[in-house]
Amino acid sequence: MRSQAMFFKARAGDKLADRQLQANLGKAKSRFVEGRAQAVADYDAAPGADFEALRDAASAIRDRVLGNLDVWLETFEDKARARGAEVLYARDGAEICRLVVDIARRHGVTKAAKSKSMLSEEAGLNEALAAAGIEPVETDLGEYILQINDNEPPSHIIAPVFHKSKEEVAELFARTHHTPKKDDIAGMAREAREVLREHFMSAEMGISGANFLIAETGSVALVTNEGNGRMVTTLPKVHVVVTGIEKLVPTLEDFSTLMRLLPRSATGQRISNYVSVLTGVKGEDDLDGPEHLYVILVDNGRASLVGTEFEPMLRCIRCGACMNHCPVYQSVGGHAYGWVYPGPMGSVLTPLYTGIENALDLPHASTLCNQCGVVCPVKIPLPELLRKLREKQVELKLRPWRERLALRLWGWVASRPALYGFAARTAVRYLNRLAGGTDRIRALRAAPEWTAGRDLAAPEGRTFRELYAERVRHEGRTTR
Amino acid sequence: MNARDDILGRVRAALGRTERSREAARADVKTAFNAPAAGPRPLFDADLAARFRCEAERMSSTIDEVAALADVPAAVARYLDARALGRRGVVWPSLAGLDWAAAGLAMEARAAGDADLVGVTGCFCAIAETGTLMTCSGPRTPAATSLLPETHVAVVPMSRIVPAMEEAWALARSEIGELPRAVNFISGPSRTGDIEMTIVLGAHGPYRVHLVLVRGE
Repeated sequence: MRSQAMFFKARAGDKLADRQLQANLGKAKSRFVEGRAQAVADYDAAPGADFEALRDAASAIRDRVLGNLDVWLETFEDKARARGAEVLYARDGAEICRLVVDIARRHGVTKAAKSKSMLSEEAGLNEALAAAGIEPVETDLGEYILQINDNEPPSHIIAPVFHKSKEEVAELFARTHHTPKKDDIAGMAREAREVLREHFMSAEMGISGANFLIAETGSVALVTNEGNGRMVTTLPKVHVVVTGIEKLVPTLEDFSTLMRLLPRSATGQRISNYVSVLTGVKGEDDLDGPEHLYVILVDNGRASLVGTEFEPMLRCIRCGACMNHCPVYQSVGGHAYGWVYPGPMGSVLTPLYTGIENALDLPHASTLCNQCGVVCPVKIPLPELLRKLREKQVELKLRPWRERLALRLWGWVASRPALYGFAARTAVRYLNRLAGGTDRIRALRAAPEWTAGRDLAAPEGRTFRELYAERVRHEGRTTR
Repeated sequence: MNARDDILGRVRAALGRTERSREAARADVKTAFNAPAAGPRPLFDADLAARFRCEAERMSSTIDEVAALADVPAAVARYLDARALGRRGVVWPSLAGLDWAAAGLAMEARAAGDADLVGVTGCFCAIAETGTLMTCSGPRTPAATSLLPETHVAVVPMSRIVPAMEEAWALARSEIGELPRAVNFISGPSRTGDIEMTIVLGAHGPYRVHLVLVRGE
């Protein structure tokens, strides 16, 4: 997928004005945020339970793997191969596409049923399959809706179409399926079920991501509610897993710990409906299951984070909690971010995976309020990583000259106390005049962006230094 | 350089890998596997069956209870009749020995297909913490039976209810050794919330999951 992250500001403005999107965002916010809060409270209510301890344990599990990632990968490879899986590596999206198309050709595949894989979005896999004459069918209901809507990108990593209303979906279904337009969501879901069932039964290849890879057993773990993950890994004769090299956990016990966190953090569920741990290929006497299993382990930028200050980002388990709780995401939705991953985790990953210079706005698309850091199940210090990315932009001289000049000027003034005091006094008086006796400034001509979507609170007339000096005088203390 | 060597090489370089640290890393892997450590988790009261019921119902499963395995076919017939779900279906070969015909049911012991409306399975064990079934695929316990039909009925011996996923893995290690091709943890009917965050049951898998708990053998 080509990144549009350079256009964050323009896209964010459009999204703020989109009323349907704003209504859906509000609904999602309450469901996800309240859902998680309830799930955490319920968990903590049990004797001996401590959600914080769970987060600590999960973050330690992820760090244990990242600290020796090469050896854990080799271990996983050995175990998975011993059970008949073929383990392959891909450096980038183009290599993913080439490997998957090769596998499809080798097995005479004409149709591939896909369960949700964010990495296949990174790679633009659907386009590559289609170009090779292989029909890719997204089977997650949300992803399917996006696919039939001219391959629209997802706006949330676990709720891909939550920017759409049911009317939009109803029209899309009527147009695509040539059926009478439905007005109930259950009816639409049934219609999609029937269409997609045909695809599940006829696809020769299933493509999935992996929520986790388990080193102990060489297994691929998939977590879904719809059951499409089970379909694409049970029915087609070939199963291809496309997943990142960082998805490993050591043992089944570690997986169990993470499974207490993932559904609660993502949807507020205690458990997702289907959790599958898949190991190797169909046995000789088995009645179902794939005959061929390929696991493609993908770098696409991940290896370059190992051992750096950004390594904690590789702990991410893709639950979506950071975006659900982010005031910026809640206001603009996922599309504004312009690449595969939105919200705070996307604002860290997009510049790191697609180039810092290609996503200049994203590290700034945050108030650094730390809501994301507080809810992250694996304790990724997201605001800190965003701040580091901002520092990198400055180091690499990627900020606009006006900003650099302004900051240098500010630094020069701020290191001269008398001058600073004078400048602050002047600015405060000026802003106070602009407010014209009210407590708000409606439009600031010098920096119109600040007041485009809100008013600026007017200062009350005197600076902190003035007030402080006065107080010291009254109390008769000296100031240093 | 091939992709594998390239990627692993860069990871090794980033980690500052040496022969000695590699030995230490291998030792860490061995420790993890030899003594898999369970993470923190909640305690709950000893009544596993009660907890299992409560959590399973929360996940929209329905529940019945019978005294013995031989009572299962009649209970399944009662459930299907009450909802007018027909009297035909597929059953795991491992449960083919039950007298389904005596209960008036036409249950075929074979792999499930798209047209089958009712699938009857057992389970490897069941998990009280989340009201979850654990199924292990195999020649006599195919995976699709709990997936393709619109109605999934599962037989759950109460003696097989364990507290949590950790105990389920321990049971699998001691009873079957290496994991089967597919371990499926199933918690109620399939669902989607993708359209306007409205939950709809029966997304791709079953619309309903009915559990028949068995007290005795």
